[in-house]
Amino acid sequence: MTRRSVLGAGGLLAFLLLWEAIARSGLIEATLLPAPSRLPATFFSEVSLGFWHAMVFASLNHYLIGLVSGSVLGVIVGGSVALFPTVDATQSWLARLLRPIPPLAWIPFAIIWFGISETAAAFIIAIGVFWINYFTAYAAVRAVDPDLVELAASFGHRSLGARLRKVILPAAAPGILSGLRAGLGQGWMTVVAAELFGITGIGQRMNEAAGLLATEVVIVYMLTIALLYGVSDMIFVAVQNRVLRWQR
Amino acid sequence: MAAIVELKDIAATFPGAAQPVFADIDMAVERGEFVIVVGASGAGKSTLLRVIAGLLEPSAGHIAHDIEKRPDRREIAMVFQEARLMPWRKVADNVALGLEGLDVSKSERDRRIADALRLVGLADFGDRWAHELSGGQRQRVGIARGLAVDPDLLLMDEPFGALDAITRQTLQDELLRIWNETGKSILFVTHDIDEAVYLGDRVLLLGGAPARIVRNYEVGAPRPRSREGEEVGRVGAQVKADLSSLFDQGGGI
Repeated sequence: MTRRSVLGAGGLLAFLLLWEAIARSGLIEATLLPAPSRLPATFFSEVSLGFWHAMVFASLNHYLIGLVSGSVLGVIVGGSVALFPTVDATQSWLARLLRPIPPLAWIPFAIIWFGISETAAAFIIAIGVFWINYFTAYAAVRAVDPDLVELAASFGHRSLGARLRKVILPAAAPGILSGLRAGLGQGWMTVVAAELFGITGIGQRMNEAAGLLATEVVIVYMLTIALLYGVSDMIFVAVQNRVLRWQR
Repeated sequence: MAAIVELKDIAATFPGAAQPVFADIDMAVERGEFVIVVGASGAGKSTLLRVIAGLLEPSAGHIAHDIEKRPDRREIAMVFQEARLMPWRKVADNVALGLEGLDVSKSERDRRIADALRLVGLADFGDRWAHELSGGQRQRVGIARGLAVDPDLLLMDEPFGALDAITRQTLQDELLRIWNETGKSILFVTHDIDEAVYLGDRVLLLGGAPARIVRNYEVGAPRPRSREGEEVGRVGAQVKADLSSLFDQGGGI
């Protein structure tokens, strides 16, 4: 183990011990700050009651639908805007108008249009993810070296399809991938907020537990989100490194 | 000798510009000939190559090619000043760029890549990434990429301009060897007059505003040449004198 990981593990352990000590000292009521030592039991009880799987599965489901649709649309629209000046000009004021609206501000309409449903949650997630990918894909395509586009043209790759395949997509890939990764994180933030409004998933379960002051359940799900985000980010980075193995 | 490419009254104008970069350009490259274009920066040397390569429409004039078209080759290939390698492709795949879209089988493709890399002295480098190469090696890959499509005419836009003096001389000699072995016609742009008279059968001086071909020098020195040879030195001095008198007239910039 490196010195850095030893220090990192030490810091985490010290945090848990301090937390446990404060919780046991009786200075703070147990419902306000449950001791970390109580969390494993709570976790197993959530699992054995079947809540944990059901909630994680439900959240993952909206998350993935929202993430994929928001990412795909964001990359396509952002990339097209960068490629075609007319499209860029036509949408520029519209983007300026819609972009600052936070994804959560769409919740009322999401519920009016789609009801308290999976689709409503996916819609809200997709909006946040869309804008992140729209801007990174736009910047990445704009930054493609025109010299390489000219090079490809000089060797016969002149059509839009050929330019995209030979130059623009591979050259913009690092930027597009970093946008996809940022969207991955943004999606997890929105998923919980969207579910607080009663759509089945981790957020809804947290909200229920908080109403009953079952704070250890709330913490179990907070850590669950951290875990899911950590794992999805790790998988993404592994794929990203594979795709971008040409980079130093 | 037959001209492989012949320009008649060619002019090029940048969008929105009042006067053309160059005008009334009449020139030809004969089969197997090594022709150099020199001139001050801004005289439109690179633009001239782009017009011949078909990357830029001339605003006037006509270009005639006498090159047999075949689906398995490109008639003209270009080598750029910066090597312009695609960093996401390995060296062999960079060389393959021009072969993609041509009618060549997989085995023929691999053979051409290997031949081109061998010709530029990088036979064992196909599996490297571009960022693992030196500046001189990158430019060799740029030349191999041009040769792989088996062009009759190789256009070279100050290909050695960004290299250090020793690498530049090495690559000049390598290029002469490749020219000898392949018999390609080469149209080569440079602002380095010593390079021009060492390499070229003929040197064209581009100058004025709009630029024209001011003079055509025959370099009669037999090959292999010496950089210090009498004829090479004499033509070089003449080009330098003409270039600086152009400069004094204010037409070169």
